[in-house]
Amino acid sequence: MIHPIPSGTRDVLPEETREVRAITDTLRAVFERHGYGELYTPALEYESVLARADMAEAQPAYRVFDESGAVLVLRSDMTVPIARVVATRYGSSEPPLRFCYFAHCYRGVPPQRGQPRELLQAGIELIGSAAPQGTAEALTMLCDSLDATGLKDYRIGMGDASLFPALMASLEVPEAARGDLMQALVRRDFVGLEHTLAEAGLSDEATELLLNVPQRRGGPEVLTDAPEPAVEAVTGMRLVHELLEPDVAARVIFDLGLVRDIGYYTGAVFEVYDPALGGPIGGGGRYDDLLGHFGRKLPAVGFALGVDRLHVALAGEERGTGALLEREASA
Amino acid sequence: MSPPTDGLTIAVPRGALFAGTVDLLAGLGLDTDELRSNDRKLLFEDIGVITMRPSDVPTYVEAGAADLGVTGKDVLLEQAAQRSGKGGREVYELLDLGYGRCTMVLASEAGPDPALEALRRLGVMRVATKYPRIAGQYLEETGRQAEIVEVKGSVELAPLTGMVEAIIDLTATGTTLRENNLIVREEIVVCTARLIANPVAHKLKAAQIDDLLEHLRGLPAAGVA
Repeated sequence: MIHPIPSGTRDVLPEETREVRAITDTLRAVFERHGYGELYTPALEYESVLARADMAEAQPAYRVFDESGAVLVLRSDMTVPIARVVATRYGSSEPPLRFCYFAHCYRGVPPQRGQPRELLQAGIELIGSAAPQGTAEALTMLCDSLDATGLKDYRIGMGDASLFPALMASLEVPEAARGDLMQALVRRDFVGLEHTLAEAGLSDEATELLLNVPQRRGGPEVLTDAPEPAVEAVTGMRLVHELLEPDVAARVIFDLGLVRDIGYYTGAVFEVYDPALGGPIGGGGRYDDLLGHFGRKLPAVGFALGVDRLHVALAGEERGTGALLEREASA
Repeated sequence: MSPPTDGLTIAVPRGALFAGTVDLLAGLGLDTDELRSNDRKLLFEDIGVITMRPSDVPTYVEAGAADLGVTGKDVLLEQAAQRSGKGGREVYELLDLGYGRCTMVLASEAGPDPALEALRRLGVMRVATKYPRIAGQYLEETGRQAEIVEVKGSVELAPLTGMVEAIIDLTATGTTLRENNLIVREEIVVCTARLIANPVAHKLKAAQIDDLLEHLRGLPAAGVA
């Protein structure tokens, strides 16, 4: 007998659950030790409430009507629900506030791609702590957490969500072209970026900058001689970097082209890479405007790890055969 | 001097883009003799090359089984995310390599356009294609109702048998279309070979990949656009 479950969802049986539980227990211990209190929120929320956040490409995909006709959505991340909690339940609490969570989130998936529709995220939110200190704390938490799980070869890519928009604004890119350019950058379609720039009728110098700056990535050397409009973002990254302990700082790859597919990020953004996995394990960033949309204006930063992806990366490192690992060894 | 692909694995497409890609690799200083002579072997470890059909290249690159790959824009349009987060292969498109130039066209039988007639009288046209996603999106954008019929083999057969009124397919010279009494009604998009990268490799092997791009841009013979 076959009783199917929706594609992108799965049953987790005891052996896997034991391993996943070991990872989440480790993460929880690190989070709690640093004062991040665990919370739960409902998987279903009112659409009108979550719509206060700009989710861009990561919008909730599943909607249902309740018995009175209100539209409910399955949350697509935990950051927005926590912003709601802070505004409604901690309206007068003295910041900073520290929360952590282990929760399933729901995303729409294209057919037959093996992407999860339901994903278990582990993450923290640090509310009321501005850049650069707050960002440095979040990055340190991220590394402490990953170290505790035993992941060895990971790196943290760090960029700034405000960099490319600032660059476009100061180079007077026509409004009409900005959306297309941003789309091309989010997809990292550099050919598309080049074509769109060619059609936008900008000076050669501006075209060169818009094409080149997002491709700069590597060690602290990429922060030197940044073009004028990028100086603010780059200085922000340097300030964060200076606050990091050497072992955390050594994990950071600066990436001036890093943008995430969620719209509410305002400053530093980061992603976790490991050679054992072909895609990011998790990511996060600053969202200094989001809380304001819920009525309590506080700067904030957080990250979320995909627990299943982390599990795959750990298993890959353990076997010594990850996506990019195997060939590194033979090369 | 070691070639600039050292430490990188490249997915090379068999088929129409193969010759151009191998020339490109040879131009970078790779020893491509075995690659050219042995068309059964798939894995060329000593030069960091794996070979496969073009439509599989994004799959291997997305998974990180190859750091880089070469494939046609047609394949990317059919598979890659049209918008981030909207599904499709998560790969980075780094460079337009210029070769393998062909055009995605809408074609139908010569004479009065049967697709137009079907649209006018029946309200819907039937279109055969190997590229259902590109076809569906194009017809939607141009405001025509269509029934997309996906075929795997020679698309030209479909209108000749009366199964459909039009096809959407890739053509380089138009010879096959002409031989089957089909004429191009609309040109949809020009496709060339593209260099794509795995997102994680793009960060973790940034220096090697940028170095390779530098070399590729400096190759006049490759016809890099």
